[in-house]
Amino acid sequence: MMQAKSFELFPEAASTIAGQVDALYAFLILVSAFFSLLIAFLVVYFAYKYRARPGVPFNPEPHDDHSAGGMILEIVWTAIPLGLSMIMFVWGVSIYFTESRPPADSMEVYVTGKQWMWKIQHMEGAREINELHIPVGRNIKLTMTSEDVIHDFSVPAFRTKSDVLPGKYTTEWFQATKVGQYHIFCAEYCGTKHSGMVGTVYVMSQADYNTWLGAGSGEGSMAEQGQSLFNQLGCGNCHASVVNNQNGRCPNLVGLFGSRVDLKGGTSVRADESYIRESILYPQSKIVAGYEDYMPTFKGLITEDGLLKLIEYVKSLGAKNGTQNTATSMPVQTGPVPQESGRAAGLNAFGNQAARTGQNSGATANRPPQGNR
Amino acid sequence: MITATATEKETKNYLNAESGLKSWLLTQDHKRIAILYLIAVTAFFIVGGLMAVLIRMELATPAGDLLDSNTYNKVFTMHGVIMVFFFLIPSIPAILGNFLVPLMIGAKDLAFPRINLLSWYIYMAGGVCAVIVLLSGGVDTGWTFYTPFSSTYSNGYVILTAMAAFINGFSSILTGLNFIVTVHRMRAPGMTWFRLPLFVWAHYATSVIMILGTPVIAVTLFLLMLERGLHIGFFDPAYGGDPVLFQHLFWFYSHPAVYIMILPSMGVISEVVSTFCSKKPFGYTFIAFSSIAIAVFGFLVWGHHLFVSSQSAYAGMVFSILSFIVAIPSAIKVFNWSATMYKGSVRLETPMLYALGFIGLFTIGGLTGLFLAAMGLDVHLTDTYFVVAHFHYVMVGGAILGYMAGLHFWWPKITGRMYPEAWSKIAAGLTFVGFNLTFFPQFILGYMGMPRRYHVYPPEFQVFNVLSSAGASVLGLGFLIPGIYLIWSLKYGKLAGPNPWGATGLEWQTASPPPTENFEITPVITTEAYDYAALEARQLEVSHHG
Repeated sequence: MMQAKSFELFPEAASTIAGQVDALYAFLILVSAFFSLLIAFLVVYFAYKYRARPGVPFNPEPHDDHSAGGMILEIVWTAIPLGLSMIMFVWGVSIYFTESRPPADSMEVYVTGKQWMWKIQHMEGAREINELHIPVGRNIKLTMTSEDVIHDFSVPAFRTKSDVLPGKYTTEWFQATKVGQYHIFCAEYCGTKHSGMVGTVYVMSQADYNTWLGAGSGEGSMAEQGQSLFNQLGCGNCHASVVNNQNGRCPNLVGLFGSRVDLKGGTSVRADESYIRESILYPQSKIVAGYEDYMPTFKGLITEDGLLKLIEYVKSLGAKNGTQNTATSMPVQTGPVPQESGRAAGLNAFGNQAARTGQNSGATANRPPQGNR
Repeated sequence: MITATATEKETKNYLNAESGLKSWLLTQDHKRIAILYLIAVTAFFIVGGLMAVLIRMELATPAGDLLDSNTYNKVFTMHGVIMVFFFLIPSIPAILGNFLVPLMIGAKDLAFPRINLLSWYIYMAGGVCAVIVLLSGGVDTGWTFYTPFSSTYSNGYVILTAMAAFINGFSSILTGLNFIVTVHRMRAPGMTWFRLPLFVWAHYATSVIMILGTPVIAVTLFLLMLERGLHIGFFDPAYGGDPVLFQHLFWFYSHPAVYIMILPSMGVISEVVSTFCSKKPFGYTFIAFSSIAIAVFGFLVWGHHLFVSSQSAYAGMVFSILSFIVAIPSAIKVFNWSATMYKGSVRLETPMLYALGFIGLFTIGGLTGLFLAAMGLDVHLTDTYFVVAHFHYVMVGGAILGYMAGLHFWWPKITGRMYPEAWSKIAAGLTFVGFNLTFFPQFILGYMGMPRRYHVYPPEFQVFNVLSSAGASVLGLGFLIPGIYLIWSLKYGKLAGPNPWGATGLEWQTASPPPTENFEITPVITTEAYDYAALEARQLEVSHHG
């Protein structure tokens, strides 16, 4: 728990990965303590044992680097640290691969960082700021991006963090093991109120979580919000979103997510979140085989939050692996709705523009005019 | 071999050979240029140190009650920029290296004396930029200048700060070039490569990093200036750039730069430990080649700063294993220094106390580096106070203690005067204790999750922050006291004589302070380095005839 205790040496361990990280940490502390104490002992012991004695002439034994004894020592104190460090290397890598690969059954949550707040969207439509409510014992995958500078979503109690970058998606996953409240820190320096870009993870029992989700927002699920954005932006005029329907000009989006897309020029790409984002903002950079460079860019017309909704909508049109992400229609509501998020909802091509300027943090307003200094 | 005896000639030395400000500002004597650097670098150390005082005062309480957030960010940025670019990088090479490399190899000067003076002026030009930034309101990017914050969002003087580091880099490059040519071309007759003092080996390795790495940071900072000033997109995705590219380029230099800071210190420690044990360093060739190995492998590990920056996991694995491997040469050095003491004749004079402090602190600094090289653990530790503690153990516990060891070791040579023994031992002790009290708690804070560069922090972190701030005041005292007695010694210190420590290096065979031309006759080297038996024989001979 984050409540201040008088004296702590160790953070709370509240995720499935935390124990593994702590074990490696303990191993490294043991090795470090052993070598630090060994060196300290040798230095102090030699300093005493071989202290200079005034008046006693000192004749150092001639030493040859290439003597057998010297060589053996050099080899020993090269090989032992090398061997130990290779154990650390393999151990560290194995934890890293677990940490960096979200399990397939993860519950998805979307995170947008901006100076200096965390905006979080749940698939069911719930949105929150600087708070993240999750159920205990479920794998949670965060898909994250930034509206401005680099941030980093760090939850020390879960022993994990990941940079949150502008212009691309990064992911982070964890499974909380204890109900409680834990710190969220922005760990990558992001400007004036960096230390204020903090929040709280509320780990709840599944029942409490369901209640929390069920409070209702009336905005619909992320996929539903994405669908209305899809319609408002006129995407459907070219992109069919019904099975076996073909509008002709642009690829059908049903079953797109997770599939391999053949591109003009003979290469192919997996349709993941980054690909869809890129195709909306920079449609000319990857043209699907058999189609023309027809689509205009939507850069500047849509916020990062809106992009995530569109992606969630495309996902809801069916994924290659067969898991159909159905758009839940249960109206949900976060606790206190932060004023800004109300405006970010229900975007349309024009309303979006308005929201962008209105929230004083859209793509242009967010970039202060720079003096050439 | 020459022996300097106390004659009236000794009164004519590099310090009093000429007088007047002009004789200093236009000097081409490497020893005088070293003094110019000593004064400038010390001034920057004081400014950087005052920034540290502000940081620790602010962090004594969880709330941001002393400085506002913007000011706090500017303070830690200037602390980093000044300490890294204007203190740590030039400290040992430009002061001690400049003074000693020619003396140690039996040369009259560096290969390019005028370029050496130019290096100092370039350093000062960079320094003036930094001071202008400081006086006109500062910059808040952190010393790492991460994009797109620095290129688009920062409200400080980013271009001028980048310019300061950019200009300063040329000073580094020229110094490195000068050392390399000097070591190749200016060695006295008989001074073979494997008779070179380990200090010279360390400086040679450092110079290689300086001339290979510094151009990369220059290019990177230049691109940053272009993006900020002219909005040409390299790093900001809004202009079509890649923010992580900046991190790759930045750390390609800045990780090797860590070795620019620590290798010269290691060179100092090899000299000091040998001298105060009256024994050739154990494993001379291993220490020498480990410097070269560090210089080479140091260029291949930059990606360990990017384990959470969306770098490919497989690239990360390569950087991780290389980061473990680069630790091995450092371990070899530590073991060899310890083994040098075995069956030596150990004298715990002040430079030796600093050197032993170095060995202890650098060991901890190096070992905690392994925590950060282990990928799965780094994810939790990176960007926290654990990293801050780790690099301060290497930079302060390593580089600065090495610098203090060197300064105390060669002070008699540089000035011809001894400093008070008791005070200097007290200062060494205070530095060691104060340092550990300041930075050890930060390891714990880091594992608990406290992020770096936090102006305001949750209250449960306060205990360790208070310990750290308390330690910092002891550490500050440890630096203040030498400042006083070293200046005092210039006038009142007792005369040192040519070789007060019974050391073997060539620099100890000329007068203290040395004459402008370093040696009256070019020395001819007939013995290995660190030949204490030959030194003893020579001294017996002198006392016989004297």
